[in-house]
Amino acid sequence: MARATREAYGEELAKLVQEDPKIVVLDADLAGSTHSIKAGKVAPERFFDMGIAEADMIGTAAGLAASGYTAFASTFAMFATGRPWEQIRNSVVYPHLNVKIAGSHAGISVGEDGVSHQAIEDIAIMRSIPTMEIYCPADAAETKAVVDYVAKTTEPCYIRLGRAKVEDVYEEGNVPDITKIHVLAQGQKIAVFATGLMVKSALEAREMLLKEGVDITVVDVCAIKPADEAGIVEVLKNHDVIFTAEEHNIINGLGSMIAEVSVTYCPRFIHRIGLPDTFAESGSAAVLLHAYGLDGEGVYNAIKSHI
Amino acid sequence: MKTVEELKQIANDVRIDIIRQVSRAQSGHPGGSLGCTDILTVLYFNVMDITPENAVSIDRDRFVLSKGHASPALYAILAAKGIIPHEELKTFRQLDSRLQGHPNMNMVPGVDMSTGSLGQGLSAANGMALANRLDGNDHRIYCLMGDGEVEEGQIWEAAMAAHHYKLDNLCGIVDVNNLQIDGTTDHVIGPNPIGPKFAAFGWNVIEIDGHDYNEIQNAFAEAKTVKGVPTVIIANTVKGKGVSFMENNVDWHGKAPSGDLIKVALNDLGAQEE
Ligand SMILES: Cc1ncc(C[n+]2csc(CCOP(=O)(O)OP(=O)(O)O)c2C)c(N)n1
Ligand SMILES: [Mg+2]
Repeated sequence: MARATREAYGEELAKLVQEDPKIVVLDADLAGSTHSIKAGKVAPERFFDMGIAEADMIGTAAGLAASGYTAFASTFAMFATGRPWEQIRNSVVYPHLNVKIAGSHAGISVGEDGVSHQAIEDIAIMRSIPTMEIYCPADAAETKAVVDYVAKTTEPCYIRLGRAKVEDVYEEGNVPDITKIHVLAQGQKIAVFATGLMVKSALEAREMLLKEGVDITVVDVCAIKPADEAGIVEVLKNHDVIFTAEEHNIINGLGSMIAEVSVTYCPRFIHRIGLPDTFAESGSAAVLLHAYGLDGEGVYNAIKSHI
Repeated sequence: MKTVEELKQIANDVRIDIIRQVSRAQSGHPGGSLGCTDILTVLYFNVMDITPENAVSIDRDRFVLSKGHASPALYAILAAKGIIPHEELKTFRQLDSRLQGHPNMNMVPGVDMSTGSLGQGLSAANGMALANRLDGNDHRIYCLMGDGEVEEGQIWEAAMAAHHYKLDNLCGIVDVNNLQIDGTTDHVIGPNPIGPKFAAFGWNVIEIDGHDYNEIQNAFAEAKTVKGVPTVIIANTVKGKGVSFMENNVDWHGKAPSGDLIKVALNDLGAQEE
């Protein structure tokens, strides 16, 4: 089945608000798009649409968290992380308040809205805040596992979600520990660490390469921070050439995280697939992912050009 | 100067082009584009001194579309002014097009600021107005905001600054259609009343019917004569104006019509499918 991770976010949150009276939900005039409205429908008294005022939404979430609530705050990734970055740093993460920020429509697959709405720096700016946690699920099932997991912790975190539908990678209710990397396919010599919808692209590239007798390993990295260093090192050790794949600028995202782990524990040649420090443009999700080399064929081509 | 009848004809053509762009792209924002069409038509044809010849220059009046999602209206106006080729409207939101989903000032002549993230345009307009004063010219700066958009705190930071720096060469317009995305503005967070808020920040406030050509023209004329403080025009509009099923309907904020609805929309505007 193909579902958008934002849909799964809303569904799971709607379930959790019914079970836990200490969960509150906030949005910034995009509750239908982020699907947080699903939670708003079942617990309207604990749902707050803050209007087009993202900085205020984050600050309000901080106040609710400072009063014992677990606050889920969502809007498009650009406006969830970019506009209120400093409020997130100083009013949420530094005071260690229990705010879960969900950014939907991340990456270039938001499509036709174009650059102003294409968050390709959100992982980078969230990653640079000390102790901020980041989860970037690959499909609907993994999204639900992430929402369940973060609802039980007291840590501030950022959940990166997409607008476009993605084919299921996992079976619902059967997702392994999301704080660890998941080796989805074991190959030899070459490994791809992928995150978000790039997991699907990497799996497609693997199928294409298999036909040519090249058997690559595909790893899903949902927990960007804190990183599963031990798991990553294990993969690095067993492979010669490493690729990373993310729908994000290649600077300071997944690729940088893997490279940092690698230089510290197990040096390898690493090729980062993503936006090569460039803004994209308007176009449909499928057209853009193809044009910017982020679909299965793009990952295949990137790997072919280095082996 | 165009007559009111001529302006109405242009505005109708612009509305047709809005529907065609959004329908071809199967994405974009028809409601907020149709609603501000009359204001933009007056601004570009009878108020601002922009021409195809000076479009790429800053030595003229400038306009910031702070509610950047109304790009189809701006592109259609620029085509009607002969600043961009009319044919180019077909590329709206497609790969390799200059007509990005939200306006890019470096790609399109006549687009004076890149926008799309709400709440930022008035600050940029302030900067342009300050620059005009430093440069000693008397060009004017116009900035169109949405009534949902003014929920952004930055708008009020800019409102304070524009008054403090006595930016009487700046004219803001708020497109008050009482709708945003999650519902009516009153339901979502209640930014009203907007005029008195600007008045409290020291602005000269003019409230008009945003579809009445005389009121629109008079408001821009008055704004030019007010010295010492910035002016904001509170324009009451109908989101989706001109297309029956889109009027006052929040569902058509950011959705393209398809199939028969395209026909209905064009028919409402006296046009057919191409
Ligand atoms: C900072 C920011 N937050 C959210 C959005 C998403 N968004 C696009 S249009 C819109 C509603 C705008 O409503 P309004 O300003 O009233 O515009 P209009 O009704 O004229 O279309 C929202 C929330 C955005 N573009 N920028
Ligand atoms: Mg509005």
